Amino acid sequence: MKLARDTWLIFQRQLHLLLRNPVWVFVGVFQPVMYLLLFAPLLKPALNAPTQAEAYKIFVPGLLVLLAIFGGLFQGFGLIAELRAGVIERSRVTPVSRLALLLGRSLRDVVSLLVQAVIITLLALLFDLRVFIGDLLLAYLMLALIALMTSAVSYGVALKVKSEDALAPLMNTVAQPVLLLSGILLPLAFAPGWLQGIARWNPFSWAVDGTRALFAGDISNDRVWQGLTIIAVLAAAGVYWAARQFARSVR
Amino acid sequence: MMADGGHERGEVMIETRGLRKSFRSRAGRETKTVDAVRGVDLDVAAGEIFGFLGPNGAGKTTTLRMLATLIEPDGGQATIAGADLRKDPGEVRRRIGYVAQGGSTWDESTAREELVLQARLYGISKTEAQRRATRALAAFQLTEFADRKCKTYSGGQRRRVEIALGIIHEPKIVFLDEPTTGLDPQSRAHMWDEIRRLRADGMTVFITTHYLDEADALCDRIAIMDHGEVVAEGTPTDLKREISGDVVQVGLDVATTGEAEKLLAAEEYVSRLETLEEGGLRLFVDEGATAIPRILRRVDGAGLELRSIELHRPSLDDVFLTKTGRSLRES
Ligand SMILES: Nc1ncnc2c1ncn2[C@@H]1O[C@H](COP(=O)(O)OP(=O)(O)OP(=O)(O)O)[C@@H](O)[C@H]1O
Ligand SMILES: [Mg+2]
Repeated sequence: MKLARDTWLIFQRQLHLLLRNPVWVFVGVFQPVMYLLLFAPLLKPALNAPTQAEAYKIFVPGLLVLLAIFGGLFQGFGLIAELRAGVIERSRVTPVSRLALLLGRSLRDVVSLLVQAVIITLLALLFDLRVFIGDLLLAYLMLALIALMTSAVSYGVALKVKSEDALAPLMNTVAQPVLLLSGILLPLAFAPGWLQGIARWNPFSWAVDGTRALFAGDISNDRVWQGLTIIAVLAAAGVYWAARQFARSVR
Repeated sequence: MMADGGHERGEVMIETRGLRKSFRSRAGRETKTVDAVRGVDLDVAAGEIFGFLGPNGAGKTTTLRMLATLIEPDGGQATIAGADLRKDPGEVRRRIGYVAQGGSTWDESTAREELVLQARLYGISKTEAQRRATRALAAFQLTEFADRKCKTYSGGQRRRVEIALGIIHEPKIVFLDEPTTGLDPQSRAHMWDEIRRLRADGMTVFITTHYLDEADALCDRIAIMDHGEVVAEGTPTDLKREISGDVVQVGLDVATTGEAEKLLAAEEYVSRLETLEEGGLRLFVDEGATAIPRILRRVDGAGLELRSIELHRPSLDDVFLTKTGRSLRES
């Protein structure tokens, strides 16, 4: 199938270029590990958790969702560099599928996020985090969908604004409330009622709750399927919109 | 290199009618409309090198980008290699190659990687893509650094990679937007040879340029473009022949040029004249041999000092001047 073949070609190229850059690989692995080693120890007392493992059950899913959101949202910068180099225009004169131009890139981002997630999970296991493999895989699906959505949106916005100077403040403005209102770093259970009310409108808040439920082994929690559904719908919409930008972008 | 070498004579490869494109740009609070291309009609025959000559902002790139399916025309039609631009852009893409003015290679990739991927994006199999990349690298004298990152190439080497990318799928037509801008004279001469080789392989080549000598020496036919319109079209020889008479160029000091202009504009054998920035005049006359002594007498009589006097056949710049009232070299 043409779409699958084209997506694979773009994916391969993007992954290859990523792996060629050792700095990026190092940062991608190092950063989350730092969070885990330097930030997590503060959590047990802060969260009033009975054990370190309990604290990790709350913190690790939040950290993973955070990485998925930010990893995705800032991918647009790379695309602007490609745009400027004329690489996108060169792709657009070929018969390659426009959806593949997006999907190949976004899937690369999903894969690199999942690699980070696996590293963090393995490390957390050393700190006595325990989670069922089935629950974990479902949590990874959630993360993959989040990364797919945020990276697609970032690419779409990059094609629209075409400059780093516009993309950076835009993405920060989006990321900040999303972050604060999702209970990613600290659960919103601690938040006052009005804050919880606003957070209900933040899809990522549902995703975080769902992921936390999965890490707690509570797969039957409604937040799991609700979070997955909300994020899946948004990811589909984001991909559709961004692929259209690839089809029509000027210069 | 092309599978379908010879063409029937006169077969039309590109036909455009009334192609138009305007851009709206915002400057502060005002929105301004730029009519970049204002009704372009072109007929390009199979197997020719067709040149688009015009100053900065004439609309050359915009026309090319429309023909390459990158932007949608506001109006008009075009048929490219038998496919309708508006109804079937996908088919147009399969049949053309396009090399952008601003480059298209990625710093961190190698020429070979770029070529193989580009071929594969056209649906070519992996082994065939590798074979073609190797052949293209050899043809464009790139083999030596084929596996080095593009950021290490010189400007001329990089331009060759980009052109190789544009033809890796053996298109019927290739659009080259200013293929020689920024190259030194030797690399330009090489590039001309490479473009001629494409024609010899049976490809139709559509280039843009603002070099007069390039249009003159390289192109079989040219269209001169100005302010979004084609102001003249034909072979370079025919276009120059249209301008009857000779051109006499006199060298003067900048200070005395103005006075000489007034003086000579009044002479009845001077059909038109143009001042040169570096001082001096270009005079269009019916016959140079009889005009020169009269010019000398007139200038000498007024006590102006003449630095040089030359007789020219009309150049493409004179064609441009006749059609637009401006010199291409100044704009
Ligand atoms: N995306 C755009 N938005 C707004 N205006 C544009 C855009 N692209 C081109 N223009 C304008 O359209 C006109 C024609 O531009 P074009 O790039 O086609 O010229 P050109 O003949 O290729 O010039 P050059 O020789 O400098 O490459 C110019 O006035 C340019 O500013
Ligand atoms: Mg141009």
